Amino acid sequence: MIARVLKYLSLTGASLVVLLPPVVLVLASLKTNNEYLNSGPFDPPGDWLNFDNYVTAFTKGHMLRGFINTSVIMAVSLTGTVLIGSMAAYAIDRFRFRLRKLVVALFMLATLVPGVTTQVATFKVVDALDLYDSRWSAIALFLGTDIISIYIFRQFLRGVPRELDEAAAMEGAGPFGIFWRIILPLLKPAIATVVIIKGIAMYNEFYIPFLYMPSQELGVISTSLYRFKGPFGAQWEVISAGVILVIIPTLIAFLALQRFIYNGFTAGAGK
Amino acid sequence: MAIDTKPASELRRAGRPARPHNVARTLTPYLFLAAPLAFLIVFTYIPVVNMFGYSVTSWDGLSPSREFVGLDNYVEIATRPELFGVLKVSLYYIGASVVQIGLALYFATILSFNTRFRNLFKGVLFFPYLINGVAIGMIFLFFFQPGGTLDSAMSALGLGGATQQWLGDPSVVNWSLAGTSIWRYLGLNFVLFLGAIQSIPAHLYEAAEIDGASRWDQFRHIILPGIRPIVGLSFILAISGSLSVFEIPFIMTGGANDSETFVIQTVNMAFKYYKLGLASAMAVVLLLIILLVTWLQRRVAPDEKVDLS
Repeated sequence: MIARVLKYLSLTGASLVVLLPPVVLVLASLKTNNEYLNSGPFDPPGDWLNFDNYVTAFTKGHMLRGFINTSVIMAVSLTGTVLIGSMAAYAIDRFRFRLRKLVVALFMLATLVPGVTTQVATFKVVDALDLYDSRWSAIALFLGTDIISIYIFRQFLRGVPRELDEAAAMEGAGPFGIFWRIILPLLKPAIATVVIIKGIAMYNEFYIPFLYMPSQELGVISTSLYRFKGPFGAQWEVISAGVILVIIPTLIAFLALQRFIYNGFTAGAGK
Repeated sequence: MAIDTKPASELRRAGRPARPHNVARTLTPYLFLAAPLAFLIVFTYIPVVNMFGYSVTSWDGLSPSREFVGLDNYVEIATRPELFGVLKVSLYYIGASVVQIGLALYFATILSFNTRFRNLFKGVLFFPYLINGVAIGMIFLFFFQPGGTLDSAMSALGLGGATQQWLGDPSVVNWSLAGTSIWRYLGLNFVLFLGAIQSIPAHLYEAAEIDGASRWDQFRHIILPGIRPIVGLSFILAISGSLSVFEIPFIMTGGANDSETFVIQTVNMAFKYYKLGLASAMAVVLLLIILLVTWLQRRVAPDEKVDLS
């Protein structure tokens, strides 16, 4: 009995600690500036339907532009990641060739290099390729530093019987036909996993756009929200609205895709 | 790596002289690998190699010429305490990860047994891990600001006298930031542990219960051995993560009040003070430390396979 009470007490306590910090921002985001300055964080807003701060965040805070830039970068990078990851996994899993071991080793070794440590030198590469201050810098880096997808695709491909590709080969399909018409459609569940894990990572990425895309027009949601610190420095009601705007899409995705998200992270981490 | 078995068709062909068809077949995997390898080499390997190259120069990152200085940058890192000393800040985050893994283990264990609202609790504990880092930074700037969420909550609980300059006092700031880090990352550890616990065959618990084993016995003798590999992996990821902490302190304090981490310092050295040579040497040092930690872990616990059934 005592154990049960302690168990639910600890779970409720933990939930409170998790929920309190973001929930008070919902309250703040619905207050007027005057109201915010003259009330405590737990006081409810006078008008629960006061969305002025959200409008300010969207327009003056350029959150709309941030959402558009993030969407464009995510659409291109996710397509690229799926194609590149599945091509690499297909080549490694279905072909035997001389440099195979070396290629596998190159991909494995790269997982040991933490991305933050090499930015100092990556910057020069991005600059030399003339990608600096363009959306392509983020896209290229998302594609170039992604080993997890290859790993997930490869794990999945191992379970796909070779008879399927061999049957297609008998009917005269070339390797590209097999990849496009047999392998890619079969990989659908793995593609869903990759899109979810990488999509969340790209949506949340801060440092790459911060370092490589300094122009205001190229602001993604992370950098747009980060720039709230300047003009809205003391206007916490507007910053709060910006924070909530950034969290809402994540919350919707989480509620809709819970099961896939849990499975995805469990699959992605156990390498 | 699994042992590869050649498909029969390849074996049959092996004895014959090469024909154009075979050349095409030999080239195929390389065609599929061209783009993935190009990206990997250009954005991972070239930077790593260049980084080693820059680290023995005094390059500012801008001028066309660079001067070779040998190991001077490395000597500077070793002898200037303010450069290497910031690694001490990582100790706060390592301490926090121990707490984090302990809490994750606790919640994963209790939620693996029958619990009301289990999915709700699971979702609540996990969700912070999905939130954008800048949003988390802002949430906790608000949380820790004077008169903010934490101070108000403490006053409401009658602890008003114990409030601090949570982000302004150098002796407190790293605790606050490390606490934020627990809030952010606990959910991932928790879900990984929960997944591992749930993959333990149910008949083991049943057998234990028939034998009259308590929950604590079940935890010690069934759960803990069953999830040891994932706990070990989590510790390694936690240590390398603690050594390369960046986002939370960069967004929240910018490294002010003694909250600067090794990576913040490296990044500032490169892009603020234009000492790309020294910054590269620092990045090399960090990379080597992380590789060493990973290697040590593989030596100490080489793929412990736990067989329960």
